[in-house]
Amino acid sequence: MPMTGRSAVSRARECAATVTDPEMPMLTLVDLGVLRDVHEGADGCIVVTITPTYSGCPAMAAMRADLERALAAAGFDRVEVRTSLAPAWSSDWITESGRRKLAEHGIAPPGPVRTPTSGAVPLNLVAHRPVVQCPQCGSPDTGETSRFGSTACTSLHRCRSCGEPFQRIKEI
Amino acid sequence: MNDRDCAYASLIDGDPHDQWAFGTGFEDPLAGVDTTAAPGVDGADLAAYCLMLADDALICAQRLTQWCTNAPELEEEVALANIGLDLLGQARLLLARAAAADPRVVPVLPDGSPVPAEDALAFFRDESAFRCVRLVELANGDFAVSMTRLLAFSTFRLAALHRLSDSRDLVLAAVAAKGAKELAYHRDYAARWFITLAGGTDESRRRLAQAMTTVWPYVDELFRPNPVERRLAAVGAAVDASTLRGEFDSVVAQVFGASGWHPPTVRPAPLVAGKSGRDGVHTEALGYLLAEMQSVARAHPMGRW
Repeated sequence: MPMTGRSAVSRARECAATVTDPEMPMLTLVDLGVLRDVHEGADGCIVVTITPTYSGCPAMAAMRADLERALAAAGFDRVEVRTSLAPAWSSDWITESGRRKLAEHGIAPPGPVRTPTSGAVPLNLVAHRPVVQCPQCGSPDTGETSRFGSTACTSLHRCRSCGEPFQRIKEI
Repeated sequence: MNDRDCAYASLIDGDPHDQWAFGTGFEDPLAGVDTTAAPGVDGADLAAYCLMLADDALICAQRLTQWCTNAPELEEEVALANIGLDLLGQARLLLARAAAADPRVVPVLPDGSPVPAEDALAFFRDESAFRCVRLVELANGDFAVSMTRLLAFSTFRLAALHRLSDSRDLVLAAVAAKGAKELAYHRDYAARWFITLAGGTDESRRRLAQAMTTVWPYVDELFRPNPVERRLAAVGAAVDASTLRGEFDSVVAQVFGASGWHPPTVRPAPLVAGKSGRDGVHTEALGYLLAEMQSVARAHPMGRW
């Protein structure tokens, strides 16, 4: 299927936008803010650019493979998936629809990243306690049990109202 | 059936490096990233500097993962593994950056070996070729030793990466900017545990005091001037570690202050004929660590899956 020009790129972009995160499949890579760009390279191949959430994110290889597979299924045989390291991913890049889907699936979305002022990064000795709504019952009476969860981007929490544990995407 | 219909097939298609049995595998962490050195930045120096930063992270990550199945609580085990994973990710990028800056640093393996450069650097260098500070290689000891080490290391590394995010080497700048965000979480974690242990019981305080005498002698070495670093700092590509002492001291003073802790005066660990970790002169702990980390890979340099 010969496909060149603008319409091919927009079809490729639409196709890439449907690929989901391997660890949180309720989110697309667009919802997560990981898909940075889709364009047509000089030699006609489709160039897709993604960025890792964390330096050690083990899902990058699966994302790359999933993108290649989805685009191949849509008729794009020549695809190059590139990594972009700058600017570094921020949880602020998770879209509104991504935040809604997270909450619907029992994962509390992140709050806004508090941009550090200039100078050295401040030490944060007191557990920061934003009001986190329980994604199960909606109660604000919740507590952080650990800042490190089952994936690099999540922390662990507990709801004192319904007693259920839940995860939250960390601000970074 | 098309190969791409099978999820596993598409993970290993193409590059033979993807099929090496023992590595990080799957992909070049710098795929598609421009690794051209900036004008005036010496490739050999840049590679040597990236190895220092990479080896600190790699060896610290290996120590942290040794807590898996041994941590006092499941939550702490998950936290330590997460911190290790962040550092391992930083190490991969930095090892790949070192290999791109000067391919001569990569150990030569038999023709046809599927080992990618970052793994050749991690698994096929001998102890004397590692450039990590001795602080990260010390045995884990008990939880107090590990937390005290993590406090010192993450405070030092965060200060360094924060400033490196302005490096004229754009790859290094990007790795540093991302890593600094991660290190802020690591440092808070270690600092809070330090305060908890200091405010705990006589036993936790006794262990913390012991940990200080084990770990703190290796702090001075973090700030030792280094000619490679100085040359690169002069052209805006690196951070001279000796300029980081003030920030380090002020951060740990906050932690000590909050914990009512009076740090003992410790004598710095002696150098060996004027040399230390950055010169490839290590404590005996590193040899055992490398034996565990490298032996399987070294036995099968041609291993594929």
